[in-house]
Amino acid sequence: MAEKRIALVTGAGRGIGAEIALTLAAENTDIAVVDYSDQAAAQATLDALTAAGVTARYYRCDVSDFTATKNVVDQIVKDFGKIDILVNNAGITADNLLLRMEEAEWDRVLSINLKGCFNMIKHVTPYMMRKRYGRIVSISSVVGLMGNAGQANYAASKAGIIGLTKTVAKEFGARNITANAVAPGFIKTAMTDALTEEQKQAMYKLIPLGKLGETKDIANAVKFLVSEDARYITGVVLKVDGGMYI
Amino acid sequence: MTTLEKLKEILSECKGEDLDITPETTFDELEFDSLDKVDIVMQIEEAYDISLGENMQLSTVGELIEKIDEAVANK
Repeated sequence: MAEKRIALVTGAGRGIGAEIALTLAAENTDIAVVDYSDQAAAQATLDALTAAGVTARYYRCDVSDFTATKNVVDQIVKDFGKIDILVNNAGITADNLLLRMEEAEWDRVLSINLKGCFNMIKHVTPYMMRKRYGRIVSISSVVGLMGNAGQANYAASKAGIIGLTKTVAKEFGARNITANAVAPGFIKTAMTDALTEEQKQAMYKLIPLGKLGETKDIANAVKFLVSEDARYITGVVLKVDGGMYI
Repeated sequence: MTTLEKLKEILSECKGEDLDITPETTFDELEFDSLDKVDIVMQIEEAYDISLGENMQLSTVGELIEKIDEAVANK
């Protein structure tokens, strides 16, 4: 059996992040759960991971906090010995039409969704460089590719993740570190449950496969990108959107 | 630990193998690329709590030791 790998997954407390953590756990991977907002959910994910037979620990950390992310990455390396895989999944929305969008709404979304990725990559890559191995996957969104009325902040943050990912792929390629993005379409989570039925119906019409994606669909894409099968893939944006953006 | 010993530790970790270095060793010989050099400078700065500046040209190990000792003395 291949050597056990260590994955750091942000926003792993619930939704897509929790699914990614559980999916990677099934691939002989120990998990560092990094989450901030929902401690009870993070504990539940931790319990599920432990039940799945892997070593998992929970670290409460705000990914937008530069110093806190450095400390948490250092602590994870102390606890697990290394970090092979980084999954930047933590994200929030604060939707509003641009005309009504408050500066604070813009700043909050950008700092968690985009700066959070920078912070984690910045602190994890020195360790990956020395190991000559790393797999980084950041969760973008099709909204980052196509734009979406009411989500100027979110769309900008998710488009930013793509530029960041491509740059990281170029800077660290020589160190056997790959960086890729997954761009989910309309996935059934608490975030999408908050939409009105009318909004959902309008979205279905835009999806050739005619249905919502599931968190498992995203987790499987991440599983692939961090696998040996994807060792020659870096700098890509893998859309998992039922054909929503073609 | 002398500066040379500390440098040996940092350079060996960066290279992923035990390096035998003297003050006369050149960085060309060690075949570090630009990414390694940035990593090395960052590790030195952290270890000694000093700043070596953005565009440090590294030629020999001895030269780097001088720069480190000077920065430490001026702290």
